[in-house]
Amino acid sequence: MSPVEFLLDPMRLGFMQRGLVAAVLVGIVCAVMGAFVVLRGLAFIGDAVSHAAFPGLVIAFLLGIPLYIGGAIAAVSTALAIGWVAQRGRLRFDTAVGVLFAGMFALGIVLFSTIDNYVADLFSYLLGNVLGITFADIVQVTVLGAIVLAVVFVLRKEFLYASFDPAGAAASGLPVEWLDYLLLGLIGVTIVVSIQTVGIVLVVAMLVTPAATGQLLVDRFWDLVRVAIAVAVVSALVGLYLSYYLNVASGASIVLIETLCFALALALSPKSGWVGRRRRAAVTNR
Amino acid sequence: MTLAAGVPETAAATEFAVRMRDVTVAYGDRVALDDVDLEIRAGALLAVIGPNGAGKSTLLKAIAGLIPSVAGTIEVLGAPPGEAARRVAYVPQAELVDWGFPVTVGDVVMMGRVPLIGIGRSPSRADRWAVRDALETVGMAGEDGRQIGTLSGGQRRRVFLARAMAARPDLYLLDEPVTGVDATTEEDLMRLLEAEAAAGRTVIASTHDLAAAAHHFHQVALINGRIVAIGPSDIVMNRELLRTTYGGHVVVLPEGEGTIIDDAHHHDDAPAGERHFHEGRS
Repeated sequence: MSPVEFLLDPMRLGFMQRGLVAAVLVGIVCAVMGAFVVLRGLAFIGDAVSHAAFPGLVIAFLLGIPLYIGGAIAAVSTALAIGWVAQRGRLRFDTAVGVLFAGMFALGIVLFSTIDNYVADLFSYLLGNVLGITFADIVQVTVLGAIVLAVVFVLRKEFLYASFDPAGAAASGLPVEWLDYLLLGLIGVTIVVSIQTVGIVLVVAMLVTPAATGQLLVDRFWDLVRVAIAVAVVSALVGLYLSYYLNVASGASIVLIETLCFALALALSPKSGWVGRRRRAAVTNR
Repeated sequence: MTLAAGVPETAAATEFAVRMRDVTVAYGDRVALDDVDLEIRAGALLAVIGPNGAGKSTLLKAIAGLIPSVAGTIEVLGAPPGEAARRVAYVPQAELVDWGFPVTVGDVVMMGRVPLIGIGRSPSRADRWAVRDALETVGMAGEDGRQIGTLSGGQRRRVFLARAMAARPDLYLLDEPVTGVDATTEEDLMRLLEAEAAAGRTVIASTHDLAAAAHHFHQVALINGRIVAIGPSDIVMNRELLRTTYGGHVVVLPEGEGTIIDDAHHHDDAPAGERHFHEGRS
């Protein structure tokens, strides 16, 4: 098989074309939002929100409405509820998140177990099924992803300032509390559009791993975002081809390639090598 | 226009940059500031001193509109706190900043311009000029590209003052701007703040350093959950008032300069509920 055939062969299949487009789109949106997730320490929240989407999906299935609407309502409202707990709660924040998301996921499982027949649709949300993506799904991912990216673009300076120094930003007149809720809402939307591609269990990796790779390699926020996007796109392509030729799960393959990129960055980056160690030592000894 | 209380609109029209009447601030049921009355004239160079947990940061945050008061009224540049936010620059304590965050010196100073630039827009030539000008003023010219975590403690305070200056504020609220910096940096930063005050802008800074407060600031407010004293530094900085403010924790030297003993370890019983985060948390 020639290299050209190697690359073109899978693309003769419609579901591979759609899967590739969806994986790349989802990867890009996740990479951008992931930069905020990583820098603000929201990885656990990302995991929580994706699990919390599950009861929404099941309820939507039971009611016979489009699944992603149920998932979106559950995910975004959980994200906002977490924000609310963070601002006024008396519990430790991660405790509150742990309680909330495990409870939501359990509700999803209980509802799921009331359904008599095997439901492939819902299973694909748990583990992801990028190759089952329809044209309508792609339209939906594109529209929602474009909205998320447009909002981030318009508020890029404000989100960065509020993430780096919330007090300074608020004192200078930025509506930081509102920006935080908006950011959580956008993360919720991102997770919902990603769930069908990689599944509830792995979506947090799509958010965290490319941005974490960027953080190891560069020193500026928007450079980090660029690296994260590159990692996400390359991983989507390589992961999908891998899953095609080795006949293994597609979403998990994409995440594995992202993890490989992270491991390479960890090993080779000047920041995590001796330079980084010296820098951290300098900070500690200050 | 509702000016029922006769509140003037601009700093030029008002004598006072900050007025607080019977202000109480609490975190839950812990009172951090109790019944504070304070009037700070425009153009003042005021040090806020007191032991840890005395409410220094709380006072600055209340003025900045970052925490609400549970009682009393606060007027900042002739408006309620937060209303004149674009004319206020607030600099947090160094230990509250994530120094590993991927931003450069230039990025941080440009943040001072963000509220002026407006949503959706990119920095203009004037904004970039203001950033360069501010960096030059604080002695950090040409360092724009460095990640902030690579800077020394003194350089970090210089950069954050540059961010404040780039916003061209009428009121500076600085939490510990000269804590942990070398003598040269302290001299440089205080000279800049003095110049800002001389130009009619108001500077309110908390500090642990009694010697710096006495030496550099025109006015001093001694606080310990309440205002113990406020006035010209040479009058306020006396043995009796310092002892009242610090309890047993001040040793008054023969020259009259106070030295704080054991000040850095009062986090646990801090009555003000100030939360401190230290670097090195991973």
